[in-house]
Amino acid sequence: MDKLKWYQRLTGGFFLQLDDDSPDRYRILRRNIVILMILITIIPLFVMAIINQYEYQRSIKNEIVNPLRTLASKTRHSFELFLEERLAIVKSISSLYSYKDFSDQKTLNRIFRVLMNEYCCLVDLGLISSEGIQLSYTGPYDFLGKDYSQQSWFKEVLVKGLYISDVFMGYRQFPHMAIAVLRRTEDRIWILRATIDTSKFDELISSMGLSPESDAFLINRKGFLQTASRFYGKVLDSFPLSFPRGNYGAIVVEEVDPQGREMLVTYAPFTKSDYVMVLVKLRSNVLRSWYVFRSKMLFIFIFSVITIALIVFKLTNTVVQRVKEADERRELAFREVQHTHKLSSIGRLAAGVAHEINNPMAIINEKAGLMKDLVEYDAQFREKEKFLGLTDSILKSVERCKTITHRLLGFARRMEVQLEILDLNEVIQETLGFLEREALYRNIILRLSLADNLPRVSSDRGQLQQLFLNIFSNAFAAVEDKGEITITSWEEDLDTVGVSVQDNGCGMPEETARKIFEPFFTTKKQYGTGLGLSITYGIVKKLGGDIKVNSKEGEGTIFTVYLKKKAKFESGE
Amino acid sequence: MKILLVDDEEEFVTTLAERLELRGIHALVATDGEAALDLIETDPPQIVILDVIMPGLGGLEVLKRIKAQSPQTPVILLTGRGSTKEGIEGMQLGAADYLMKPINIEELIKKIQVSIKNQA
Repeated sequence: MDKLKWYQRLTGGFFLQLDDDSPDRYRILRRNIVILMILITIIPLFVMAIINQYEYQRSIKNEIVNPLRTLASKTRHSFELFLEERLAIVKSISSLYSYKDFSDQKTLNRIFRVLMNEYCCLVDLGLISSEGIQLSYTGPYDFLGKDYSQQSWFKEVLVKGLYISDVFMGYRQFPHMAIAVLRRTEDRIWILRATIDTSKFDELISSMGLSPESDAFLINRKGFLQTASRFYGKVLDSFPLSFPRGNYGAIVVEEVDPQGREMLVTYAPFTKSDYVMVLVKLRSNVLRSWYVFRSKMLFIFIFSVITIALIVFKLTNTVVQRVKEADERRELAFREVQHTHKLSSIGRLAAGVAHEINNPMAIINEKAGLMKDLVEYDAQFREKEKFLGLTDSILKSVERCKTITHRLLGFARRMEVQLEILDLNEVIQETLGFLEREALYRNIILRLSLADNLPRVSSDRGQLQQLFLNIFSNAFAAVEDKGEITITSWEEDLDTVGVSVQDNGCGMPEETARKIFEPFFTTKKQYGTGLGLSITYGIVKKLGGDIKVNSKEGEGTIFTVYLKKKAKFESGE
Repeated sequence: MKILLVDDEEEFVTTLAERLELRGIHALVATDGEAALDLIETDPPQIVILDVIMPGLGGLEVLKRIKAQSPQTPVILLTGRGSTKEGIEGMQLGAADYLMKPINIEELIKKIQVSIKNQA
């Protein structure tokens, strides 16, 4: 793995471990596919969710922030209009009437009455000299002769010609504000000052139609409440939040107030006076739809992730299972090809060897035969008995060799097959006939469980006989005397019939069962050629069938042969 | 009875001839196809025992010529390569029977007798 290039790591390297034969390779494959699929599905989903959340949050904020700003600006505008109007009144009457008019108490009273009737909220009206002395006054208090010369508003009005006060609590403890206008005539300077009841402010605020969880009020630039606030106290209390100074249209700020509530606060400062319109809303209220959306998104996200994970696991399991099956099939096919190949090359070799051995064997046979003949024909031969014994022994050995070479040749032979319609049960019984004598002699119990209406098959009688003879002989060799052999036949499916031969003999270990169809594999050491079952295997394959062995050591063996109803010949030497 | 044995394995064929003589069968011997065909012409046997695989003229070729030369002479084939295919091919060419090596002499004599009887 060390020498892999980065792209190999990225692609193939991920699956490279699969080439080894470790038993974990399917587990690793499964794990890798799961990780890869989860990554490529969840990451885009995750990115999309984040982008979505971000975009939605932004748009929803705009949707919420803009109305807040509009509302605050509008209300500010109403306030400004109201103040503008009061200012205009005071300015107008200061121009309409002369100093003389205002200094006359009666005239002042009349003007005040008229104004009171026409415009709301006027509390008092008075004339103040350029020295700051109250020259005349009409209203609820008695301010005549009061000296304002040292007060800051007086100094301001002298400089600027106009003054709008912050809200203050008057003698009667309700909020007021004052407007003062400076007039210059040829002969003197004087100031007209009016006090306005700010209860009108509350009306303006209530006209905003705010929900109970919201709050709106005015503050001055020093941070004191100018109207009562639902959240932060009464007039002239200090507004607890710090707010942006300077002039601007209307801004919305997210803040946490001293009670720990998260707030969306809108500030709209007045242009011509020192007031700031403040609109406060609970953040959670405003963003409720956003929270609902977010939880929906979260739900969808989690649901999708779980669904994807489940599908990925299920799919991966299926895929890996398929891969595993395909691998097994390939392995099996490979083994079969290997086996067939082995059989065919061994077959060629066997044929050659058998032929080469048969000729010298024939010579030995004839020489020994002649020796025997000579001894038999000579009546006076002294050691006749012993000599005949010796030649017989040679001839028997030759006979044994002949059996082996003929079997070898039979194994290698490419037999001409003759097809005929056969009753498989009949072939089985016919073949068992060869072994009846042995069964009788050894007290072997033969149980036949042959299907009554077994379909007839189209196959080669000789081949089938050889096939069954080999399997039966094997079973006979496996069982002890008084053993049991059961032969069963049945219809496996539309194309196939099955025959099983079960014995209660010695059985064999798995290792042996795996090698049992290989040529020259034998456990009978002295008298087996190791070809019987290999030939059997060859015949079954040639007839297009299949053979399986199932064995348990000490319990017995079952050979199962599946034959096609119509034998399909597979060429093979 | 006079028969002709044809086989390239001299040791085999002479020994077999001797054994047959012991049983009262007169056996001529040839170790290749040419010699066999010459012998058939000069001293025709009642039956020919012919090995299939021989150097030079092969057994089946010799069989063809015998059948062309004296079609009435029965031929029994010997084969060392237990292939029935050769046997069947030989039978199609007119051989009376075939045997596999190593042979059993009693079986051979039986087949000889049967073939001659059939011939007659």
